[in-house]
Amino acid sequence: MSVSALLLVVLGLGLAGWLFARSRAIMFRRADSKRRIASLPNYHGWYAALWIAVPAIAFIVIWSPVSDALIMQTVLSHPAAANLPPFGLERESILSEARAVAMGNLGAVFNPAGRALVEPFSEAIGRYQLIGFVVTLIAAGLGGAFAFLRLKPDFRARNKVERTVLFILLLASLVAIVTTLGIIASLVFETIRFFGMVSPIDFLFGTHWSPNPMSNPDAVDPSLYGAVPLFWGTLFIGAIIAMIVAIPIGMMSAIYLNQYAPAHMRTWLKPALEVLAGVPTVVYGYFAALTVAPAIRNLALWVGVSNPSSESALAAGLVMGVMIIPFVSSMADDSIAAVPQAMADGSLAMGATKNETIKRVLIPAALPGIVAGVMLAISRAIGETMIVVMAASFAANLSANPLDAMTTVTVQIVALLTGEGSFDHPATLAAFALGFVLFVVTLGLNFIAMRVVKRFREAYE
Amino acid sequence: MSDAAIINPTRSPAFEARLKKRYAAERRFELLGLGATLFAVAVLIFLLVSMTLNGLPGFKRAELQVPIDFSSAGLFVNASLGEQSAIERSLFAQGLPELVESSAEKALGTQGARHINSEAWRVVAQAIVADPGLLSGTNTFWLPADEGLATAFGGYGQANLQPIARELAEKGLLEDRFDFGYLQRSDATDPQLAGIWGALKGSMLTMVVTLLLAFPIGVLAALYLEEYAPRNHWTDIVEVSINNLAAVPSIIFGLLGLAVFLTIFPNLRSAPLIGGMTLALMTMPVIVITGRNAIKSVPPSIRDGALAVGASPVQVVFHHVLPLALPGILTGTIIGMARALGETAPLLLIGMRAFVASPPDGFTDNATVLPMQIFLWSDEIDRGFVERTSAAIIVLLIFLLLMNGLAIYLRNRFEKRW
Repeated sequence: MSVSALLLVVLGLGLAGWLFARSRAIMFRRADSKRRIASLPNYHGWYAALWIAVPAIAFIVIWSPVSDALIMQTVLSHPAAANLPPFGLERESILSEARAVAMGNLGAVFNPAGRALVEPFSEAIGRYQLIGFVVTLIAAGLGGAFAFLRLKPDFRARNKVERTVLFILLLASLVAIVTTLGIIASLVFETIRFFGMVSPIDFLFGTHWSPNPMSNPDAVDPSLYGAVPLFWGTLFIGAIIAMIVAIPIGMMSAIYLNQYAPAHMRTWLKPALEVLAGVPTVVYGYFAALTVAPAIRNLALWVGVSNPSSESALAAGLVMGVMIIPFVSSMADDSIAAVPQAMADGSLAMGATKNETIKRVLIPAALPGIVAGVMLAISRAIGETMIVVMAASFAANLSANPLDAMTTVTVQIVALLTGEGSFDHPATLAAFALGFVLFVVTLGLNFIAMRVVKRFREAYE
Repeated sequence: MSDAAIINPTRSPAFEARLKKRYAAERRFELLGLGATLFAVAVLIFLLVSMTLNGLPGFKRAELQVPIDFSSAGLFVNASLGEQSAIERSLFAQGLPELVESSAEKALGTQGARHINSEAWRVVAQAIVADPGLLSGTNTFWLPADEGLATAFGGYGQANLQPIARELAEKGLLEDRFDFGYLQRSDATDPQLAGIWGALKGSMLTMVVTLLLAFPIGVLAALYLEEYAPRNHWTDIVEVSINNLAAVPSIIFGLLGLAVFLTIFPNLRSAPLIGGMTLALMTMPVIVITGRNAIKSVPPSIRDGALAVGASPVQVVFHHVLPLALPGILTGTIIGMARALGETAPLLLIGMRAFVASPPDGFTDNATVLPMQIFLWSDEIDRGFVERTSAAIIVLLIFLLLMNGLAIYLRNRFEKRW
C-alpha cells in the first residue's frame, strides 16, 4: 500500500470518527434535553477526528523515508546484491529499475543484473508496507479510542480543538523560520567544507576562475577558484548596465504616471508595466539570446568593432534592465505618492512649474524611498538567473567592455550544479559558496532598503 | 516707456524669455516621461509580437500527402489487445511501416518518399485505432515530413533538399499544416515530433503540489501573524524571515531543494513532488504578505460584533474574518502561483531538466515543466526547434495571462471598500 493510499485510509478513518463522535454528541443532547452540552456536536467530531488523524499522519510522514531506507538495507544485505558494482551511476540505475519493477511501475528490467533483485525488492517492500499499514491502524485506533472515552456531555471539546487550531497556526508561521534556517544551514555547511579546501582569501580575491568538476578532487588548485571575475560580471550586468536602462526609464515613467498622465491613460499604462514584470524570466532570456544578442553583435560589427562576442554582457544587461523597469517604477511611484500633497502645493503656489516642483521638492523628499527601491531592484537583478544563463557567457572574463562575454555568479552556480560532478568535489561546493555570497549580499541590500523605507514612512506620518 | 511695462512692471523681456524657457523645459520633461513610459510599453509589445510571429508557425508542421490503399495489405485490428499502444505495436508487426513506405514511394517518388518521417506510420496507426473502418479501402493521410525536408521547405537547411521541397510543394503534396499533436505529444529529439503536453502536464502536477502546500501554510501563517501573534521578539523574527524569503533570489531555493529535499528523497530527482515543494517555499511568503494585507483590511467592527455575540477568538477568525478576506487572499495566491509557473532557475538545480519523452503519470514520475521545456529547446541546434520554442512560450504566456486575468477579475468583483 503506497503512502498516498495510506493517507486516504487515515482520512477516511478520521471522517468516520468525525461522524461517529458528532452523532454521539447529538445523542447526549437528546438524552437530556434540560441540560445543554458544553460544546457543539461539531467540535466533538473534530476532537475525535484530530485524535485519529494526527498521530497516524505523523507516523506515516516519519515512516515513509525510514521504510525506504530499511527496504534498501534489506535488499543490499540479500545475497543477490553481492555482485552489484560498488558505486556510481550503473549501481543506481540497476537498483532503481529493479525497484520500479517490484512496485509494478515498469514491465521488465533492461539490465539483466537487476533481475535477481526484483524478488528481494518486492519481498521487502511487501513486508515493510504491511508493517506500516498495521502500525498506522494501531495509531489511529489508539487515538480514536482515547478521544471517544473522553466524550461526555460536559466535555469542553471546543476549547481543546481551538487550542489545537492555534497550535497549527503557530506551526504554519514557523515554516518561514524553518525555511530560512534551512537555507542558511545548507549554504553554510557546504561553504565551510569548500573553505576547508580553498581558502576564503583565494576565493574572494583571486582573479582567475575556471574550476573543473572532472578534475581530481584530492588535488585542488586554489588558484582556479578566484571569484572576482564573477562578482565583477554580476555587478557589471546587474548593477551597472541593467540600472542604466532601468533607473531613468523606471523613474521617468513613474513620474509621468503619477504626475502627468490623464486618468484614462494611467488605467492602461500601469497594468501594461505590471505585465512587463509578469513575463517569465525564461522568456526574457530567450528574447535576449535570440533577438537582442545578434542585433547587438551586428550593430557592433557595423560600427567597426572587430570580433564582438555573441554572448555580450550588454545584451543580457539590457534585457535585464527592461525586466527591472516595473520594479523601479512601482517603488518610485509609491514613494512619490507618499510625499504629502501640501509640499507639492506649496511649491506650485510659489509659482514653480510642475517639473521644477518634481525635481526640487518631490524627488528630494522621496529620495530615501527611491534609493531603497533601486537597492531592491539591484538585489533582484544580481539574483536573476535565466536571462544570464541563456544570454551571457559561461567563460569568466575580467573586462570593462560591455561587448565582451562575461559570466555571473548565478550562471556559474547553474553551470557547476547541472554537470556530473559529485557532491564532494570542490567545484560543486564552490557553487554553494557562491550561493552563500549571493544570499548574504541580497539579504544585506534588502535589509538596508527595508530600514530606509520604514524610517522614510515614519518621517511623513 | 512702453505701455506693457507700465501695466506689468515685472514682465520684462528677460522675464518673458525665462518663462518661455521654463515652459519649454516643462514640456520637454513631460514628453520625456511619456517617452519613457511608451518605451517600456513598446518593448512589451515588441516582445509579445515577435514571440507570436515566431511562434505561430510552431503550431504547424510540414506534412506530405500520401494515399494508402489498405484493401490489399491484409492488416487487421486485434481489438482484444485492448490498449492502444499494444494495437499499434501489432500493426507495426503486421508490416504497416512497409505499407506506408511503399505508398509514399508511389505518391511522392523515391526521392520524396525518403523524406517521410520515420515515425509517420504511428500517425496512420492512430487513425486506424480510432476508426478501424479505414482498413477497407484507400485513404489519404497527411504524414509528417522528416526534419531535413521540413527545414528545407522553410527555406533553410541543406541546399540540395530545397528543389525537392519546392517540387513537392508545387504539386500540392507538401504543406505546412496545423499540428494538433503539438498539444498532445511530449518532448522528442525531432522537432517534427516534439510536443508540449508532457511539459504542460508536469507543470500542472507541480503547481498542484505547490498550491496544496503553499496555500494552507501561507493562509494559516498570515492569520496567526495578523490575528493572534503576541508582539514580541519571536513574532519579529517570523516577520523578518518572511520578508526576507520574499526577496531571496529564486536560485537560492534551488540550492535548498538540492541540499535538503534531494538528500531526503534521492529517488525523486526530477519529480513534480520535489519541484512543487521547492516552489511552495518560494510562493508561501508571497501568499503570507498579500494575505496579511487582505486580513488587515477587514474592519475591526466585524471582529467586535462577532466577539460581542459570544464567538470565541477562533470562531471570529474562521467564521467571519477569513471569509471576508478570502478574495484578497485568493488574488495574492493566484499572482504567486503565476510567478511559480514561470519559474525555472530553482527547478534547474533540482534536476527537472531531464529529457522526458512521455507525460508523467503521477507526482513521483520523471517530469519537466513548461518553462524548463522552453529552456531545453532553446538550447537545441535544430532550426525546427526555434519555432517550437516560441510556440511553447505562447502557450506559457496564455496560461499566465489567464491566471492574471482571473486575479484581476477576483479583485474587481469581490474586493470591498469598507
